[in-house]
Amino acid sequence: MTATAEPEVGKARLRKEDARLITGQTRWTDNLQLTGMLHMAVLRSPVAHARIRNIDCSRATAMPGVAIVLTGQDFAAEQGSLPCAWPITEDMKSPPAPALAVDQVNFAGEAVALVIADNAYRAADALAAIDVDYDELPVVLDLEEALRDRDLVHPDLGTNKCATWVYDSAEAGSGTDVEDEIAAAEVVLERTFRQQRLIPAFMEPRSVVVDPSAGMFTVWSATQIPHILRWMLSAVTGIAEHRIRVIAPDVGGGFGGKLQVTPEELLCLLAARRMGRPVKWTESRTESMLSGHHGRDQLQKITLAARRDGTVTGLKVELLADMGAYLRLVTPGIPILGAFMFNAIYKFAAYRFVCTNVFTNKVPTDAYRGAGRPEATFAIERMMDELAAELGVDPLKIREQNWIRHDEFPFTTVAGLTYDSGDYEAATARALELFDYESLREEQQRRRASGDPVQLGIGISTYTEMCGLAPSRVLGALRYGAGGWETASIRMLPTGKVEVITGTSPHGQGHETVWSQIVADKLGVPFEDVEVLHGDTASSHKGMDSYGSRSLAVGGTALVHAADKVLAKARRLAAHMMECDEADVEFASGSFSVRGTSTVRSLGDVVLAAHVAHDLPEGMEPGMDADATFDPDNFSFPHGTHLCATEVDTETGVVRIRSYVAVDDVGTVVNPLIVDGQVHGGLAQGIAQALYEEAVHDETGTLTTATFADYLVPSAADLPAFITARTSTPATSNPLGAKGVGEAGTIASTPAVVNGVLDAVRHLGVKDIEMPLSPERVWNALQGRSADGSGDVAAGGLGSIDAQGGQS
Amino acid sequence: MIPAEFRYLTPSSVDEAVRMLAEEGEDAKIIAGGQSLVPVLRMRLAAPTALIDIGGLTELTGVRDDGDSLLIGAMTTHYEVQRDHLIQDHALLLKLVTDTVADPQVRHRGTFGGSLCHADPAGDLLAPVLALDAVMIIAGPDGRREVPASEFFVDYFETALAPNEILIDVRVPKYTGWGAHYEKLNRVAQAWAIVAVAAAVQVRDGTIAAARIGLTNVGSGPVRAVDVESALVGQPVSAIAEAARWASTGDGYKDNLARVLTGRALTAAVTG
Repeated sequence: MTATAEPEVGKARLRKEDARLITGQTRWTDNLQLTGMLHMAVLRSPVAHARIRNIDCSRATAMPGVAIVLTGQDFAAEQGSLPCAWPITEDMKSPPAPALAVDQVNFAGEAVALVIADNAYRAADALAAIDVDYDELPVVLDLEEALRDRDLVHPDLGTNKCATWVYDSAEAGSGTDVEDEIAAAEVVLERTFRQQRLIPAFMEPRSVVVDPSAGMFTVWSATQIPHILRWMLSAVTGIAEHRIRVIAPDVGGGFGGKLQVTPEELLCLLAARRMGRPVKWTESRTESMLSGHHGRDQLQKITLAARRDGTVTGLKVELLADMGAYLRLVTPGIPILGAFMFNAIYKFAAYRFVCTNVFTNKVPTDAYRGAGRPEATFAIERMMDELAAELGVDPLKIREQNWIRHDEFPFTTVAGLTYDSGDYEAATARALELFDYESLREEQQRRRASGDPVQLGIGISTYTEMCGLAPSRVLGALRYGAGGWETASIRMLPTGKVEVITGTSPHGQGHETVWSQIVADKLGVPFEDVEVLHGDTASSHKGMDSYGSRSLAVGGTALVHAADKVLAKARRLAAHMMECDEADVEFASGSFSVRGTSTVRSLGDVVLAAHVAHDLPEGMEPGMDADATFDPDNFSFPHGTHLCATEVDTETGVVRIRSYVAVDDVGTVVNPLIVDGQVHGGLAQGIAQALYEEAVHDETGTLTTATFADYLVPSAADLPAFITARTSTPATSNPLGAKGVGEAGTIASTPAVVNGVLDAVRHLGVKDIEMPLSPERVWNALQGRSADGSGDVAAGGLGSIDAQGGQS
Repeated sequence: MIPAEFRYLTPSSVDEAVRMLAEEGEDAKIIAGGQSLVPVLRMRLAAPTALIDIGGLTELTGVRDDGDSLLIGAMTTHYEVQRDHLIQDHALLLKLVTDTVADPQVRHRGTFGGSLCHADPAGDLLAPVLALDAVMIIAGPDGRREVPASEFFVDYFETALAPNEILIDVRVPKYTGWGAHYEKLNRVAQAWAIVAVAAAVQVRDGTIAAARIGLTNVGSGPVRAVDVESALVGQPVSAIAEAARWASTGDGYKDNLARVLTGRALTAAVTG
């Protein structure tokens, strides 16, 4: 066994999982073929709100290959209600959420019947032979309209209001009263922003296989949360938890979209139980967009109070958050994750946050990359630019004037969080240097002066976020249904190889590589000698899975602790083997030695000795394994400064990002290549919200953006070459110093782009443009026309294809 | 992809394909590169009973020199069009337009003729084919017939092709030495154009001798900007900005784009 001389932590390792993922030489859920397996197809409601009068399955049941057709009535006694694990208030309204609609459908795309057939084609064919009679009900789509309670999504609830959640700094004792600050303020700005609805758009569609044989229910699912899924499936069905095994094999992306207990996972389980045979379901892309949960969708009314010298004093946030038709796993809590982030890096004296959650006849919302924090960051970063414009000062200066100075950390904010570390000055200075801020400002002036048809704008976003979810006591205080700890195990094999078992559930992040790097450094073993097991509840016996940029800060720390336990035991055994006092044993580069002598035992020798157990110290158990579970004391707070130069073609409304600088402080970096990848992908998704993506419903509640021809996900061809750099103030809340990077790019970039566009056209009289900033919206705003949500021109798309179209 | 059931037929000649179309009736469909039809099948927007795959008919691929014009086989892929020297030399506009079609995967499978027959007004190839006065050569039970592009595109997703006919070749007059440009505005690289303008211009001694301009996605089919074309003839290059205003007279966003993009396409075409 040779030790790696150069530390693994900090090395830009290529990802060890990539070869199999990129070439497809791995097991995706949909690749599974089990003997006797049946296939499930789901009939989905074409209408957004209706009573189901009758479902006639007789024709479908008689179709070739169809084993059974099932409706909500068939499962009514056993399907229970899909779980919501985050009742944010005691009086929150939570309607029953059947996996298969029983007597009413509440969004277009909701499952109303299942065909179970001998192959996927025949299952799909039979869907068209199911006749459903709907009595249509009025649809509730608009948030403000919904609050008037004229038409109700769930009449039994008596209201469309789900819950109201309040944080007030005066009540919490973390600050003054916001109404006092507003009343006393020299400047009060009030703005309303719309966070459009987004679709997670992971690469691998959802897929589930359930095998009911051998007295167990083995569930394969393309999920982010195998452990939570097992728990919840047991809770909903009453099947004993130890009779359910959940396996998340390699999973192709999630972005929060697979942080869910889905109707289809439950239905596959129920169908497999009923049929006594394995059942598979794999969705199409359109099905994914129609029924997988969506993200964002908020209306944000923001009031900012400030002094004329630019000092901010008070911030009032009044949110309407669209839940969609049902509360899924953490639906109501998503906007609450943003509650602590609106004040961001700034020192407000007073803060009040009121969020009203609202039901509509749309697909339920839930976690999507950033989950609550991008919405908050967008609003505050837009407001800081609005304040700068109002006062006629540089938007960077106004931020600098109000942010928490490096020498003020740790800093307890008006929202009650304690930011442990950060250096906004350093990140900003680095960003300015890379961006060439001053010369871009000069060019901007030149273009304005000459009336250039292409105007230049500079967008700024000095963001922070809370991640490393989460201290369990905080989650408890927020009424979340689970803890935020993470677990790791290390098994030292007799040949010196290492198996790591993690409770995190990677679905594209590269945990296998990063966990290997951490263990290689801790134990002095080669990177290649570490195997990481994950995502199978039979081997990874407990965990809280992957979301919220938590895996490294929390799961990585558990792994460090497990490695420390291995080393502590190995040190004791090494002392025994070398016949010395334990205090004299030194460990370096994978070997134990006795201080001041040449006596050496490699870790491999010690592990083998522990394994054969021929001669162990008194009371020592054989073997060299360790488990550790880590529950963080605090969140971690990545931050950074993003600068975006945008060119706006005033003749066409087209926005082009000319340059983008992202300087992020994510604490200690284990693998810079992976961090860069996370930042790049995050930027792409955040920029997509600013410029491209939007889930659009027509007036009947039909999703009109249900293909990638209509829902515009940008590719590399649409994005600039990103300039990324880092500053580092290590997190103090975990021994790695890691803060988390999975969501940072998404959180930071949306306001940077929108601020940039507005900076380019503000002098032409444009004050705001709704996202996404499509060319038509930008052009309309420049003409002084309404730039609101409606009226984007069609640009082709599958929805417009005539079924009788010609030869192709 | 889980389409409805269909029979899959592979003719070995154009005549056999025509015969199969006649035998299978109106619910049969020709499949060429499949880049428009397969998404339609996937979404079950159409459920043809039979697909007649003309992908094996090598006689329909490639570009031939035919004196004053080029003959482009209907099954020539976009990728082949992009790299063909005859097209580069005599119909540069087609190459430039084809460069912008979708993505490399689509360009390797999708065909020149298939795009035209699908007749999506947002499809890129319709406007240049119309502007360049191309002629469609069509095979049917009664032999061959020719239809000018101006009569071929009838409406949204509708052409002059009868259900029992197949497009086999497109004749494009040679525009040797003409400048060309395709100015396309789409929201992301893979999206259809909101509006695009295909322009070919012949300049002699600083004067515009002739211009051909086709607009993508401003109507139920491709639109030829005849007013702009005629306004340009005999004018200096500097007249482009003024002439481009005739691309549309409306005040909507797409009207604006038609004007702006026409000006830009012409300017780029004359400056190379």
